[in-house]
Amino acid sequence: MSVQIWTFIIVGISFAIYIGIAIWSRASSTKEFYVAGGGVHPIANGMATAADWMSAASFISMAGLISFMGYDGSVYLMGWTGGYVLLALLLAPYLRKFGKFTVPDFIGERYYSQTARIVAVVCALFVSFTYVAGQMRGVGIVFSRFLEVDITLGVIIGMCIVFIYAVLGGMKGITYTQVAQYVVLIFAYLVPAIFISFLMTGHIIPQIGLGGTAADGQYLLDKLDGLHKELGFAAYTEGSKGMADVFAITAALMLGTAGLPHVIVRFFTVPKVKHARSSAGWALLFIALLYTTAPAVAVFVRTNLIETVSNEPYSNMPDWFHKWEGAKLLKFEDKNNDGKIQYVAATAENELTVDRDIMVLANPEIARLPNWVIGLVAAGGLAAALSTAAGLLLVISSAISHDLLKNAIKPNISERGELLAARIAAAAAVIMAGYLGVNPPGFVAEVVAFAFGLAAASFFPAIILGIFDKRTNMLGAMAGMVIGIVLTAAYIIYFKFINKPMNKPEHWLFGISPEGIGTLGMLVNAVVTIVVSRITPAPPLRVQAMIENIRIPRGAGKAHAH
Amino acid sequence: MSGKDLKKYWQENLTYVFILLVVWFLASYGAGILFAKQLNGIRLWGFKLGFWFAQQGSIYIFLVLIFVYVYLMNKLDKKYDVHE
Repeated sequence: MSVQIWTFIIVGISFAIYIGIAIWSRASSTKEFYVAGGGVHPIANGMATAADWMSAASFISMAGLISFMGYDGSVYLMGWTGGYVLLALLLAPYLRKFGKFTVPDFIGERYYSQTARIVAVVCALFVSFTYVAGQMRGVGIVFSRFLEVDITLGVIIGMCIVFIYAVLGGMKGITYTQVAQYVVLIFAYLVPAIFISFLMTGHIIPQIGLGGTAADGQYLLDKLDGLHKELGFAAYTEGSKGMADVFAITAALMLGTAGLPHVIVRFFTVPKVKHARSSAGWALLFIALLYTTAPAVAVFVRTNLIETVSNEPYSNMPDWFHKWEGAKLLKFEDKNNDGKIQYVAATAENELTVDRDIMVLANPEIARLPNWVIGLVAAGGLAAALSTAAGLLLVISSAISHDLLKNAIKPNISERGELLAARIAAAAAVIMAGYLGVNPPGFVAEVVAFAFGLAAASFFPAIILGIFDKRTNMLGAMAGMVIGIVLTAAYIIYFKFINKPMNKPEHWLFGISPEGIGTLGMLVNAVVTIVVSRITPAPPLRVQAMIENIRIPRGAGKAHAH
Repeated sequence: MSGKDLKKYWQENLTYVFILLVVWFLASYGAGILFAKQLNGIRLWGFKLGFWFAQQGSIYIFLVLIFVYVYLMNKLDKKYDVHE
């Protein structure tokens, strides 16, 4: 059977499963809609969190990104996993005990202020919308590359699927669909990785193959370092970013992860406080399966690519080379007209441009895997994009129906009214996300990367100090959040939008790039929060009692029922 | 539970969190970034050690840390009778 038919069959089956689950798990109350009734098993929640967290970018682009960045790519590996330790130790158990539905709920009550709640809602909406647009775009791209349908049609198909299970099922539908999506995406990621690891190193476990030897008996990583030096690239295992910058970017991603509303809200869905802790562990386990495989895939494909193309005649290139040339992911330009491909670091002599996405997408073909594996990779990419989109849409809909409508505008709205409002908000958000997916504003890709820095500089200290420092009060938290987010946003906007030519290491503050500045913003936020809180009155006694209460696990189930 | 017990429970929790976060910092920012160059002089099979920590080891250690915390806290919750 052809790749096309296999892809249709596998993607079709996976979609049928998602819709089936959505119908089976319809939400009938606001509690089910926002937090799946608070009754999700921690392992299932861990899988759902993993699928929620790993986006189209993790699935399609990350291995490629690492293979071009080498050691520098570690910022993503550590940054996007280390945050779960912070979640498990510092956030998840206490927010679960707090027992409400959203992050703005916590900010609003802990800082006894409607303004604080609304600031939090605005931050949550901003972060989620930029993020979700990228996901819908990812859906469109997978459709157009594998099924050769138009990107717009691809986005519309994706919208319809998400619409069905997010609007109907709410968090309950999303959670159980995400469990299925996790299984699809991890299977789709591991199968080609295992094959290629075995082909290149003889080890079936990619994480071990990464440290293994290639066919010529040389350690694979040494070989790749050697190839890189020959071609003028920085050594793969050493990288070229400054240490302060690597440090700051890693921290910004970690702290940002722990501050992202669509991740935090997942820990509201388990029955007990101890489940919130273990659920973070399960989530990281499921994420680590992909995140420890990605650097191995990066090295395998990078070595394979260089060996296949470097100094070889263009006429000798295999079929996949021409196919991906057609899809514009590879570009060869014979600058010195010798008919051979020169792939080197120096731009003037380099003749081959490689898109990073090819590392995962073309992997099955480079390794000559059967056609069904290619179909599987398409289904995996779609699962990754759809699951993340759905999680974000839920945050958007609950921010509007719960935080704005129920808690700020119309407190006496009925349960049914609120549920209807949540569904309408989810539907509107799907349509808006689809629109942004079809007509992406140029800055979306840029902004998504900064969502982490902004989340780190705004939410993270407010939540942590809210739990661990009873003395932190409304004025402190508000001053900290505003100064943190303004400083971070100003630095990013200055270097990325206003004065791009200045965006070089020698002009950066302490050598920290705009990607890593969230770390500094977070520190400033924390200092301001602590100082301002100490010189203004302590929070009211009922708030202090609430903090005492969320610090002990007992009673989370009861606190939640209503 | 009395206020004094609550304080002790919280203190023990904070001690666990502090120790685990020190390990968390050393495994990622320490071994993977600040001392990566020095550790790269040590070989572990085909890996340079600093590189291995940055792209593999730190993630395994993160995982272990969370499950150790879960185990310690489940015991602590029982000890102070605050479990559910």
